[in-house]
Parts: sequence; structure tokens; C-alpha cells
Amino acid sequence: MYEGAVQELIDELGRLPGVGPKSAQRIAFHILEADPEDMKRLSDAIRAVKERVKFCSICFNVSEQETCAICRDPRRDETVLCVVEESKDVMAVERTRSFRGRYHVLGGSINPIAGIGPDQLHIRELLNRLSDDRIEEIIIATDPNLEGEATATYLARMLKTIGIKVTRLASGLPVGGDLEYADEVTLGRAFEGRRSLIG
Amino acid sequence: MEPVSPSLFAAKSYRTPALVLRTHKLGEADRIVVLLTPEHGQVRAVAKGVRRTSSKLGATLEPFMFVDVQLVRGRTLEVVTQAQLRAPYGQALAADYARYTSAHAMAETAERLTETDGESGAAQFRLLHGAVAALARGDTDPGLLLDSYLLRALATAGWAPSFTDCVRCGAPGPHTAVNIPLGGVVCHDCRPAGSQSPAPETVGLLAALLSGDWSRANGSPPGARREAAGIVAGYLQWHLERVVKSLKHVERA
Ligand SMILES: [Zn+2]
Ligand SMILES: [Zn+2]
Repeated sequence: MYEGAVQELIDELGRLPGVGPKSAQRIAFHILEADPEDMKRLSDAIRAVKERVKFCSICFNVSEQETCAICRDPRRDETVLCVVEESKDVMAVERTRSFRGRYHVLGGSINPIAGIGPDQLHIRELLNRLSDDRIEEIIIATDPNLEGEATATYLARMLKTIGIKVTRLASGLPVGGDLEYADEVTLGRAFEGRRSLIG
Repeated sequence: MEPVSPSLFAAKSYRTPALVLRTHKLGEADRIVVLLTPEHGQVRAVAKGVRRTSSKLGATLEPFMFVDVQLVRGRTLEVVTQAQLRAPYGQALAADYARYTSAHAMAETAERLTETDGESGAAQFRLLHGAVAALARGDTDPGLLLDSYLLRALATAGWAPSFTDCVRCGAPGPHTAVNIPLGGVVCHDCRPAGSQSPAPETVGLLAALLSGDWSRANGSPPGARREAAGIVAGYLQWHLERVVKSLKHVERA
């Protein structure tokens, strides 16, 4: 155990995803020894993101305003909705430049062992958006891993009753991986070759 | 990973069949996989780079997959160096929501029961393997498979309930009162206050699920299945103390 402030920093860092006790200690000492200006920028960035950035009230993408830039953009196709797990995935799909519709960010995938069921995700809000009859197609772009597939299964079954065309990204995406790591060409192709689940 | 000499590698490395219970994201692109093995009990291992597109291991080390893995002993976690898929149960489960959620409750229970108890590892492995394979085959009500698995997993861990003879005095059944803290049915004379009185066919179903009498279990009415599920959940909770999170997400017919 270290004295007060240092130990507090180690404890806080240790609560971050993917940071074990050893890494927490290493990062804490890096911060201690680093240039004060650099560390001030880091703490300002953390404060700014917590104060300014919220989630879009329509699609749950990260946004500095009530609604995100994509939802506000009138040139985006309002008939197609791409459903992804996280905001990171919105960026991954945007990089492909092969999708001109809008998004819906679920906030994760259905993973009961981690305590996450449909009610813990923005699925009800997705249903609410579908009462807008301009939406003609839903593209399910959850991660190409088991939890992402199961989430797609659940969504497809739920959306079947609504009578909207539902598609899933084509195979060719690496199974077991995260969508955000797919390269632009592969992901773009997966969009073009999407297969129909319903409708 | 630091380079190790071939002989040291051989000494620290072993190969085993395993069921993947769950995975956690770790750092940038790695995962921690929690495995259940017949000889080494529960094993936690790092699978490096599996979330990247280029990884061949990613699809193999997904939940509910039956795999052969090569592991190298580490200080806190093992490291997966190779994995081969033996049966892709997870694939079938991800395509059926009720089965998927049931598999989660099984895996979470298995994880908890094998966290500290290395003794019953082989039996727990066989039991879970059978249950997950049956779930993936898809010919039996997943709710019945789950409840049967839960009762037998608890029995294997040393908490065998009885749904035939009175758990207090041993008087032969059938009895109609169930007392969860006592571990099953109690006769009229032994029945403490606070015992439940489920329907007789519910008690019959519980006995069938515990013994693996599938023709009887499959013929049970929906009401008995619902009531039995509640009793099994209560029994599980009583022994595991901490709540099994997956259970409330299980979709029942
Ligand atoms: Zn938005
Ligand atoms: Zn008795």
C-alpha cells in the first residue's frame, strides 16, 4: 500500500477495464513522473468528456448535443437503420462509407451471465423508433461473435411481428471478433452482401 | 509472451478438452476465457488477440464451445496457445434465444460450483457437457433441461435434494410438502412451518428431473414445469448464496 493520493489513483485506475493491479501501479507511477502539463491535459479531457459528452436521445450514439450529428444530418437516409452494439461500431461503419442511413446503438449485447438481458439494452427505444413508418429496413450489425449472434436472433424474432425488412451483415466477417476491428473493405462488403432475416 | 526454451515450454504446457463457460474482454484485443475441464477443474486462461479479425482462435474460444486446448501455465492465468473445435454447441445455441439463455444459467452455475471445489470437476464437466449438448440438439424443452441440470449439479456438489423420501425421517414418499432449506420433500409429521405445498405433479416432475426420467418429465403439464422451476431456483439460491444473475433472463416456454 502507498500513501493516500497515490494509492487512491492506483485503486481508481485498477477499476478501468483491462487494467490489472500491476498495470494500475505502472500507470500511476507514469503519471507521477510525467510532465505536469501533459497530465493536466489528460485530466481536462476526462472532465470534458464527462461534462460535455452525453448520449444522443434518439440513437444513443455519443454526442455533445441533445442529438448526434448523424441524427441531425438531413442528408442521411431515414429509411434504413443500422443497429450496432456500441458507439465505436458507428465509427467503424462510418469509415466504410458504404452506409448512408442512421444508427441505433444498443449499448452492448445480450449476455445473461454478465447480467445483461434485453431490458438492460436500448431495445425498447428501438421499438419506439419503429413506430415511425418511414423506416423500411433494419440492418443488424452486432458483433460477429456468439453474443452478437444471439442478440441478432432475439431482435429478428421481435421484429418479425412488425413487418419491416430485417437484414444481417453478410458472412465474411471474422467470427469471434469485434466489429470495430474489421477492416473497412471487409465491413463494406459485408454491408453490400447483407442477407435477409425477415421480409 | 516471453520466449521460453522448448523443454521448459513442454514442462509448463498441457493439453485438455474443455467447455468454454464464459469470456471477458481483456485490454485491447484479448479475452479471458473461463474453461471447465475434466481433469483440471475450472481454468482461467488468456487468449491473446482473439478479438482481432486475423485471429483464428476467436471463433473457437466462444461460450459453450467444446474444444481441445493447449495451455501454458502462468502465475495467475494460463495462456491458450492452441485450440481446436470439437463441437460447436454455441453456434446452435446463439440461433435460439430460449436455449441461449438456458445455457447461460447452466454455465454460470457450473462456474460457481467449480470455483473452489476441484474434487467434483470431472463429474461437473460430464454433467455440463451432456446438458449443453442436449440443449444444442434442440429436441427437449430447454427449461426442463436447465432445471434437471441445476438439480443434478447441486447434487454432484454435495447438496442432493430428495423429492421422494422425507428428507428428515426418511419415510418413503410420495410426499406433497417441500421445504427448501431442508432439501426437498417432508412428510406430514416432519413438515415445519413455512414449507411449500406444490401440486403433486410438480413434486413428481422434480423427482423425474433429478433422476433423469425424461419420458415422465416430457409428459409434464406447463403448470408443473413453472412451479418446479420456481422450486429449483429457490434451492439453487439457498445453496449458492449469491444470486445466479442469468436465471432471471432465462426465457421459459
Ligand atoms: Zn443520434
Ligand atoms: Zn418425515
